[in-house]
Amino acid sequence: MSDRQTKRAPTALADRQAWLGTLARAPAAALAEAWAGLNPKPGYRCVRGPETGLIMVRGRAGGTGQRFNVGEATVTRCTVALDDGLTGTSYALGRDRERALYAALFDALLQDPARRTVIERDLLDPVRGALVAKESATARKAAATRVDFFTVAREGSE
Amino acid sequence: MYVAVKGGERAIENAHRMLAETRRGDPATPELATTQLVEQLTLAVDRVMGEGSLYDRDLAALAIKQSRGDLIEAAFLLRAYRTTLARFGAAEPVDTNAMRVVRRISSTFKDVPGGQVLGPTFDYTHRLLDFSLAAAGTRPEAPVSTTPLAGKLPRIGELLEREGLIEPVVPDAGDAPVGDLTRESIDFPADRDVRLQNLARGDEGFLLALGYSTQRGYGRNHPFCGELRVGRVALEYVPEELGFAIELGDVDLTECQMINQFKGSAEQPPQFTRGYGLVFGHAERKAMAMALVDRALRAQELGETVVAPAQDQEFVLYHSDSVQATGFVEHLKLPHYVDFQSELVLVRGMRVECGQVQAEAAE
Repeated sequence: MSDRQTKRAPTALADRQAWLGTLARAPAAALAEAWAGLNPKPGYRCVRGPETGLIMVRGRAGGTGQRFNVGEATVTRCTVALDDGLTGTSYALGRDRERALYAALFDALLQDPARRTVIERDLLDPVRGALVAKESATARKAAATRVDFFTVAREGSE
Repeated sequence: MYVAVKGGERAIENAHRMLAETRRGDPATPELATTQLVEQLTLAVDRVMGEGSLYDRDLAALAIKQSRGDLIEAAFLLRAYRTTLARFGAAEPVDTNAMRVVRRISSTFKDVPGGQVLGPTFDYTHRLLDFSLAAAGTRPEAPVSTTPLAGKLPRIGELLEREGLIEPVVPDAGDAPVGDLTRESIDFPADRDVRLQNLARGDEGFLLALGYSTQRGYGRNHPFCGELRVGRVALEYVPEELGFAIELGDVDLTECQMINQFKGSAEQPPQFTRGYGLVFGHAERKAMAMALVDRALRAQELGETVVAPAQDQEFVLYHSDSVQATGFVEHLKLPHYVDFQSELVLVRGMRVECGQVQAEAAE
């Protein structure tokens, strides 16, 4: 374990935030498939969860003013410890526990520089690509409904 | 003498089985899948999430199926379900400025930066029944623009703020507690955070009627729909064990910024004021009604005389909740046999007394 820890490069916080955001949005099937493709699979134990609970969604009056509670959302979280000592955590909207488990496992694995490149390539990149494509398609459909005003010259005006 | 009455167990059991059969309808018709509700009755699902105060499309769809399409009953089911779960914490306030909009309109500025984006709207439809929908098999496709929308669309308020024509929005102290009516009962006068929470989960019909009443003159405040936006925002949360913010996914929201007239006061020059609405899912009518009522409830703060129902905090906040309202109204269906017996005895007694008095007067 200590061996692994010394070898581990300090993970940039922004990187981990980014992959946790991607894992939270990844389709369950993509995570399950990526896990099935791992060889060998690491041993692990669940430290907490997977468990479903609530997160209070907040807004701000006027968009930027006083905070207020809009309502709750279901969230499922999980924390795992790999046999080699790395721990992984996941939080995602919804109630899919299996998904939460896989996401936590991949969070742990991604902290291992030796594994990270492969997981980035095989799991995160395709997931990000699909998310971006879907968003872009929606944005382009919305853009097609943007109004183009034109001025009609009044009769008799110059 | 008190007599306990028991009974009705079999009748109740059979009634529930009859409910189940009735819910299913004719078995010759395919059973409704909850995914169909999620995909095709999205606005019903969104309304149930909003009034059920729980963002979970699958659960809202299940609740609608279970309630046979009774949306208030469905909201009730979600409220009951949420009490079975622990709360992990509160998310960071959503940044609606960064909303990836599917719809964004302003009825105050034609040439609003970013443009008027109509999105999937009923506006400008002719409200004629479309009989082609009665036949299955349509697969309509939306046109796709070659240029996507701008990433961040500026708020309408910002344009007026530059000239000082609208009241500024003051952010709160980041560590100030946020009122939560699911944890503490409402104290009057209620702060705006509690009022907005109450309105966000309030009954759409009730808020619509109240908002409408302000337009008709009961607490008039000359509203304009400064901006309405519908779209998706990332939900951020800081888990204690991590100590940094992570995204949990995206939620769909509808936001309405109402711009209202204000004559000014001794301290403030005439300027526009604001009402705000923010609701789960695609819920324009609700967000607009919420913004109208939010503004009306600011009457006291803005030095206006409270004369109309929509301006009356206790009236609005105590009657906006469909689950509470339906609980109290519908409890009248439960046995009140003993209550009523006592009333009956009382009225009979009064009639006898009354008859005696009349008889005496006639003598």
